[in-house]
Parts: sequence; structure tokens; C-alpha cells
Amino acid sequence: MATEHSPVDIVIVGFGWTGAIAAMELADSGLEILALERGEMQDTSTTASYPNVIDELAYSTRGKLLQDLSKETVTIRHSSKDVAVPYRQHGAFLLGNGVGGAGFHWNGMSWRAFTADLRLRSHYQERYGKAFISREMTIQDYPVTYEELEPYFAQWEDVAAVSGKAGNINHQILAGGNRWEAPRSAEYPLPPLQSIYGAQVFGKAANELGYLSFPVPAANASGPYTNQYGVRLGPCNFCGFCEGYGCYMYSKASPQTSILPALKLKKNFTLKPKSHVLKVNTDSTGKVATGVTYVDPQGREIFQPAKLVLLCAFQMHNVRLLLLSGIGKPYDPESGEGVVGKNYAYHMNSSVNVLLPRNTQLNPYIGAGAAGTAIDDFNGDNFDHGPLGFIGGASVYHLRTGGRPIGQSKVLKDGPNWGKGWKESVQEDYQRTLPIYAQGTVMSYRDTYLSLDPTYKDVHGQPLLRMTFDWHENEFAMIRHAIDGATQIGKAIGGDIQVNLRKSGTHFDTRAYQSTHTTGGAIMGDNPASSVVNRYLQSWDVHNLFVMGACAFPQNLGYNPTGLVAALAYWSVDHIKKQYLKSPGPMVQA
Amino acid sequence: MSDNSRRNFIKAGLTLVPVVTIAPQSVFSAPTAPPQELVESSASSQRYLPRFFTESEWAFINAASAQLIPEDDIGPGAVACGIPEFIDRQMETPYAHGALWYMQGPFLTDLPAELGYQQKLTPRDIYRFGIQASNAWCQKAHGKAFNELAPEMQIAVLRQLETDAVAMDDMKSSLFFSQLLKNCKEGYFADPVYGGNKKLSGWKMIGFPGARADFADWIDHPNEKYPLGSVSIDGKRS
Repeated sequence: MATEHSPVDIVIVGFGWTGAIAAMELADSGLEILALERGEMQDTSTTASYPNVIDELAYSTRGKLLQDLSKETVTIRHSSKDVAVPYRQHGAFLLGNGVGGAGFHWNGMSWRAFTADLRLRSHYQERYGKAFISREMTIQDYPVTYEELEPYFAQWEDVAAVSGKAGNINHQILAGGNRWEAPRSAEYPLPPLQSIYGAQVFGKAANELGYLSFPVPAANASGPYTNQYGVRLGPCNFCGFCEGYGCYMYSKASPQTSILPALKLKKNFTLKPKSHVLKVNTDSTGKVATGVTYVDPQGREIFQPAKLVLLCAFQMHNVRLLLLSGIGKPYDPESGEGVVGKNYAYHMNSSVNVLLPRNTQLNPYIGAGAAGTAIDDFNGDNFDHGPLGFIGGASVYHLRTGGRPIGQSKVLKDGPNWGKGWKESVQEDYQRTLPIYAQGTVMSYRDTYLSLDPTYKDVHGQPLLRMTFDWHENEFAMIRHAIDGATQIGKAIGGDIQVNLRKSGTHFDTRAYQSTHTTGGAIMGDNPASSVVNRYLQSWDVHNLFVMGACAFPQNLGYNPTGLVAALAYWSVDHIKKQYLKSPGPMVQA
Repeated sequence: MSDNSRRNFIKAGLTLVPVVTIAPQSVFSAPTAPPQELVESSASSQRYLPRFFTESEWAFINAASAQLIPEDDIGPGAVACGIPEFIDRQMETPYAHGALWYMQGPFLTDLPAELGYQQKLTPRDIYRFGIQASNAWCQKAHGKAFNELAPEMQIAVLRQLETDAVAMDDMKSSLFFSQLLKNCKEGYFADPVYGGNKKLSGWKMIGFPGARADFADWIDHPNEKYPLGSVSIDGKRS
């Protein structure tokens, strides 16, 4: 029997980026806000201080900041005919944990969506005809436009002190920036990070081929910056320890670096770490949330009443909480009916390694999570898909996140893996290997979805989330096209080329890291038959429940998701403030 | 100290590892007799008594790691870098107990490899069973334990382990091999506070500056060699 605590106005489940944004924006309302975070309290001073944080074995290799899979994981299968088995060790994606969530250990690549990304189905139908989209593809338009989100992208970029160069301000194309980007209202808050040597080499070759390279927008501050919350970020020193680490320099935006110092001064805000939410409670009608049930640090089950519930956990965990709470109709791949778990998507990545001449000094350890140069000529609908026959695209870039030797001194694929030959090749190739990456879209399909696992349970006895996912031909064709472009750039750079292309016929491999950009499962849309939440991220079924994060994406972008995740959170919470709090109820009529 | 005398010094230190670990055929055999005072002064720092591995297991780890990361003209090998010590110390961490992994059954082990690790074995199990099975196989095939084999024979056995050519009751031999290789490389490149990468040798080999983690003044030196050496978390320098 759960102990009942005294009610709060707003309970936030999960304290990563969306939880921190929502709490900060709602704190001025004076309402009492409680954030429940299942992991530990972690801050720069406790968890990311120099020199202890410069420890590859503890952080990257053993996953110090990652979700403890011994307690909870997901199960994975390639098709609904298969038996799913647990993701027992971290591999393809690295789930975060604790205060800050994955926003503490991320790299800081901060993109806006393309205008066409947010109306993907309509856009492709208009340009290429209805028959261009296969029947198995369940892609949808976002129920919100880029123009509507623009001010919220701008707000996010201020909070995160994003460093970059605009390529399009109010439809005026600007030199040095990304000519393909959607129109911005203003320049980035900070100028781009300095260009590392590898990025200079890549950018020069790309430009010579007629592409237009631009600096990757980085939530790694290029200089000192004070954001709208009065929180000050320091300049990035290219230490090369972003991904998997907290930032000891206070340069990489994170909930604790960018928001928490201001938020924790608010008297009406409380953050409770080590509090694991089991479910959202609803009343007898099932239409109103009454609060959440969680397990406190002592293992006691607590019922926490609240007037408004915000699910701000990671994409997969939000979907699982909806399923565990019995909110919304679970998706059925046979009938295509139901919505919770529908349209799970991911990224498809490949790469090209360019081996520069011996004695080249790339100094790979001089890096930052988003220190790099990109082109978008193979991304979005920035090229004619008609003759190619696939949907989507990939950002192509050289990025140097660091030169950490356990994980980032990999030898080339046919080289010796041990012995004298391995030592020779590691030594020889460490300084001269220049990778070009392609990070590509994954569309949503009828047969890729999330559901509860019938067999495996977490430490609390609740079913694990089950992922049913594999690659489709559309994505193989997309990545081949992008990698052809990357190969061309590699050849223009000169030197030996090694292509690592994900090929048709291969299956999703859970073992090797790809990206943590998992999306969908609680998607946003314009009607309850095809989506879990409306354009304000409000549940169609339970009006005082909002679900934030990449779970809202109807399909994935050719970009890292955090920029859009944050913009959607700011958009949602602004409408909660302006509209919902004044007159609680469904904000869109079904 | 010249390079040559430094190498001798390292070899000298190694001879103080308990004698069972040093079979006469192993790669670091027949060191030049070092000056006696060097041996004595290095005794306390070089001597490591394994806590997890038994004597015969310790001999295996020393011999096998010395082939995976050999001593050569590029630099010191696994044993001089403290990799056996690193692995032994890791065996006492939650990682080696499988405590970082989801370890609830059922364990379905006949599925496509892409679905990831599905064994019930922890790293400690993999070492314990893997070394035992490898030595038993060496005894049967060659009449000797692994560490007693000639170096070229050890290399041949490691290749057989790598390619599943050694039958084991409890696992595929490649699982054991990849566990060992992965941990050897970790020990070679991890911060020396974990017992490996002694004298920052792994970092020095590739030119990684370690815990310096501040390159603000070298971003605008494209294609120029970084001027400073490596440093560890606790301030050791190369």
C-alpha cells in the first residue's frame, strides 16, 4: 500500500533537458513543482570535476553516467515473429541516468529541423507524388510548423549558448553558414567554435567539390556567455571529453550547467533524486491524472498527488510509462490501430575513413562534442529524390569529439587486431585518420514499434519495454547515397579511403555504438487516431498529462534530436503557461 | 637513462614477479643481468600479488597478454605496462561481477549475434573457465600449459582461440579471447591509476596527452606536433 504525500501542483517525471526546461519555465507561475528523478544527483562539482572526470575507463568504457542496465533495460528483436531478448550491455545506444539525463553526457550538437522535416508526408507528396511513399511507411507531418517553433529554437539556443554561424536570417542567405537551414530570426548566440585541423581539411575539399561547408552548431560555448536565466557558461577548451562525460569547464550546455543554478533558487521547486516513478495514476474515468506512484530512496512506495503531470523521461521511458499506466491505446502492428509505441525510429549512420599521409598531425585529442564542419547537400530534401527513389537524407560531417585511446584509436577494419602489427598500426594511424560521418534519417514503418515485453522484468517487477526494429531498404539507399558523397570528398582530400557502409541485407546490430537518437512511440499529431499527443504535447486521452521529448517525433531527422526536443518543450510549456493553466482541459478538440 | 638501460630496468623489475609467472620460455626471458641496486630499489613498486587469479591463471594472463601486446622496438609490452595487474584489479570491480549488465534469465543463446551478449557468464567466469579450458587444450595438444609453450606456439594458440578452433564446454573460445584482448587494450590505454599503462607507455606510444584536457592554445596550430608530454590523473608525467 502506497503512502500518500501531500499534493503538489505539478509533478515532473525525469530531470533531463525537458524536465529542467519545463520546471524553469513554469516556476514563475508560483505553482508548487516537484521533479522526480530516478537516478542520482549529479553536478559538475560532484561528478565532472577535473582531473577525475578525465577518466576514459570509468566514464566511456564502464559507463559511469549511463543507465544501470542491471536494474532496467529494454528487450530487442528484429521482427514481430522473433523473440525479443534483453539489451544486456550498453552498445548501439547509451541511455543516460541521473540528474541531467542524457543531456549531461551528450556531445552538444544542436540543430534545428528543416521546414520540410516538420511536414514530411505532405512535402514528399507535393514534390514527388503520393505513390512515392511506400504503404509500409507510416510517416506523418508534425502538427506544428517550423515558423511556429522558430522563437522556441531561438530561446533554446540562448539557454544552451549555442555557437554557430547563421546561413539564413529571415530568408537572406549568408556566407559561411548553412545555406539549407530554415530561416532564423537572428544570428547564433555565440560565434562558431574555432575550426580544428581535420575540419579545415574536410571543409576545403567539400567546398572545392561545390558543396558549402559550415561549422556544426555547438552547445559547446565558444566564449563566455550569460544566458537568459543569468547562468554563465565558460569557453570550451577542446579538452576532448564531452560524450560520456560532464563538462568540467562549464562549457557544454546541460541541465545542471545551463538551468539548474537558476532553478534551484526557486522556492516553489523541489528536485528529488533516486525517486523512480512506476506509473501515472488516473481517476475512475481514466481521463484525468491524479498524480504518480513512485519508489523513494528507501524503497517505500509513495503516491504523489498532482494537478498536472509532465512526463519528461527519456524517449523510451516515457513510452514505457504510458504503457505501464494504461494510458492511450497500445499500437497493434497487425491492424495498424492503436498509437502508444507506434512509429519508433532511429538513425542510420555510416562513415568513411581517410588516411592522410604519414606524419600528419591531426592531434585528434583536440576536440569537442560538436567541433566539426558539416555539409547538408545530402540531407533533408536538399537534392532531387525523384530519380533516387528514397525518402530522407543524412548530414555529412567531420567531427572530432576527442582522441580517447580506448575507444577512439580503433584500427582500420582489415588491419591486425593484436600483436606487433596492431601496435604498429595504432601508432601509425592515430594521428592521420580523418573520419567523415553520415548520420541519416530513419523513417517510421508499420513494423517498427515499442511494446511491453511478455517475459523480462525490471528490478521493480514491471515489464521491460520491447523494441521491434530492423533496417529497411529505403534507409540503405539513403545512406549509400550520402556515403557516395562522403567518399567523393574523401578522395578529394587524398590518401587512402576506407568505406564503412551499412549494407542492404544486414540487420540492426545492438552491439556497436551508433547513436542514442531513438525516437517515436508517443508521437504528436493532429488527431487521436494517429498520435498519442496533440500539437502541444498534451495527451489526447488525459488532458492534464503532457509527454515531452523525442518520443513525440513521428519519424527521425538527419540531425541530432536535442535542438528539436528542446524547441518542442519550450513551445509546449509556453502554451501550458498561456493557455492550459488558465483553463485546464483539452487544448485541441479531437 | 638511455633507452636501452630503461628497457633493462623494466626487465629487471619483472624478474621480481613471483617466479611461477615467469616460465623460461616466456617472452621476457633471459634479461641481461641488471645492476643489483636497481632490482632492489624497484622491488616494492614492481611486485604485485594477484587477488583474483590463481598462480596458474596468473601465469596464463602474463604469457597471453605479452603476446597480444608484445614488447618491441615501438615500446614496452603488456607485462611491463602492468596489464596483468590491471586485469586482476578489474576482476574485483562490479563490472567483472556482471553487475553493470542485465543478468536476469531466460538466457537465449542461439540467437543472431546482432542481438548482443546473451550469456549468463560474467567476466570473472569467462576468465576462470576460459583459462582452464585453454590450458587443458594446450596440455592435450602440446603436453604443456599455455605459459610453458614457445612464443610462436603461444601465438598460434591465441589465433585458434580467436577463431573458435579451441573447443570449450562453457563458451566459444572467441568469447574468452575477445574478453582478454579487450581488457588488455583497456589496461594499455586507461589512466595508470588502474594499474596498467605504467609509465604512461600506452599513451606515449600514440602521443595521447592523457589528462591534460586543455588545448585552447593549440587549436590554431594545425598539423603541428603538440609540444607537451602525457600526464595522468594523479600527476604522473611521461
